[in-house]
Amino acid sequence: MLYDLVLAPFADFGFMRRALVGVIALALGAGPIGIFLMLRRMSLMGDAMAHAILPGAAIGYLLGGLSLGLMTAGGLVAGFAVALLAGALARVSVLREDATLASFYLLSLAGGVVLLSLKGSNLDLLHVLFGSVLALDDATLVLLVSASSISLIVLALMFRPLVLECVDPVFLASVNGHGGRVHLMFLGLLTLNLVAGFHALGTLLAVGLMMLPAVAARFWCRGIGMLIVTATGIGMVSGLIGILLSYHSGLPTGPSIILTAGAFYLVSILFGSQGGLLLSALPRPHLRG
Amino acid sequence: MSSVATPPTAIRFDDLTLGYDRHPAVHHLDGTIAQGSMTAIVGPNGGGKSTLLKAIAGALKPLDGRIETHQRMAWLPQSADIDRSFPITVFDLVAMGLIPSRGLLGRIGRKDSAAIEQALDAVGLNGFEDRIIGTLSGGQMQRILFARLLLQDAPILLLDEPLTALDSATATDLVALIRQWHGQGRTILAVLHDMDLVARIFPQTLLLAREPIAWGKTAEVLTPAHLQAARQMVEAHDPFADYCARVA
Repeated sequence: MLYDLVLAPFADFGFMRRALVGVIALALGAGPIGIFLMLRRMSLMGDAMAHAILPGAAIGYLLGGLSLGLMTAGGLVAGFAVALLAGALARVSVLREDATLASFYLLSLAGGVVLLSLKGSNLDLLHVLFGSVLALDDATLVLLVSASSISLIVLALMFRPLVLECVDPVFLASVNGHGGRVHLMFLGLLTLNLVAGFHALGTLLAVGLMMLPAVAARFWCRGIGMLIVTATGIGMVSGLIGILLSYHSGLPTGPSIILTAGAFYLVSILFGSQGGLLLSALPRPHLRG
Repeated sequence: MSSVATPPTAIRFDDLTLGYDRHPAVHHLDGTIAQGSMTAIVGPNGGGKSTLLKAIAGALKPLDGRIETHQRMAWLPQSADIDRSFPITVFDLVAMGLIPSRGLLGRIGRKDSAAIEQALDAVGLNGFEDRIIGTLSGGQMQRILFARLLLQDAPILLLDEPLTALDSATATDLVALIRQWHGQGRTILAVLHDMDLVARIFPQTLLLAREPIAWGKTAEVLTPAHLQAARQMVEAHDPFADYCARVA
């Protein structure tokens, strides 16, 4: 029974195994990035950048069809360009950064869909917007695994400056003077993970495996290390459950994974040990002394 | 009388003008800070005190003139700059004081851990290592920042309102630490508002109201005439005056 539900699909079908490897790789990279996005109050930034990938990938698609290399390169360039542009515009214009990001988000989505429609079919459009977890080929898997490996290594190397830049940027600048560079590196990693996520989950959902596990983790633990571990774990389990859910019920896979992560989020809000609604509602006797 | 050798200079200001968006906040500052001296910077709000420390720390480029210094500095900005909602432990925050000596990637060995414990001990927060900084009171947070300063072990210390909004017990403890640093021969520059404290503890004072009003022995600086002059300087300041009338 349990075998049929959980193991048989992976034992029987290669595409299921590939999908599982793909989402586990994604969750490994997205977990820590999502935590830092949340702690730096950049959740909206992540969302806008995920959308910014679309026109870049669309140009790659116009040039070479559903080509992994061109669409990846286009996505990377567009994502990073928008991150830099949003930061620069927020500094020189009267608009706050969130307003700038919302405008970019809309323009990218509309522009990307128009570009795709110049050549593509509706099926290709769906593929780009919502991804195709069940159709990951070897090259794409290698890309996903490389992206998460690179981000884990770079994150490990820049962990201290990154934390420091969040907590006390003035101190980082005064002892080291590299504050701006740390931020740029982080934006680079964010783009890399979003482009990887885009191949599996599409531009609309790529950010879901970052943000939902991160905000869910916030309701269970406090220290930065545990937050990262918890978010990554929630991401992986969401991937596993989402793929199985989609296999057994015939629901689209990407949305199933994100909905599963969303279920973790809801449960965490209600029952979380750190500020969950249920615990906060219970009357608690105060301690003596 | 034997001649007293003048101590070497820690910081030299040379016709220094500082400001933001071309609006000067500190005008034409000349002079030196001697090594091992302890100087209070006082003056009205908006008089350029914090701006001066920021520039000495290297976080603000002078509009004109220069600051000359060759020693390592530790800077304590006003604590509002720290994101206290970030989930980092007291131990990790204090450990950042080791970055100047260990680098950003250096290992924190057993000796360093002992030094961190010792620093926490010195500020009276033994046993707080694993607390998340968001759970600390304002006074405890300031103690933590002093512990980090201890680890930075810098010959020059720049303290921006280190005692503001603290209860008297905390203020007393931190003042004792500042005096201890002075006793170790470190150069100390502190922005302060409590004139009684300045008069009691700080041998040197710089009264700053955009221009230096008076600078020297504290008793000679904190006179009613000088304080009155400082107040008038700021009131007379026109924030829209782009160019300095006293062109050098």
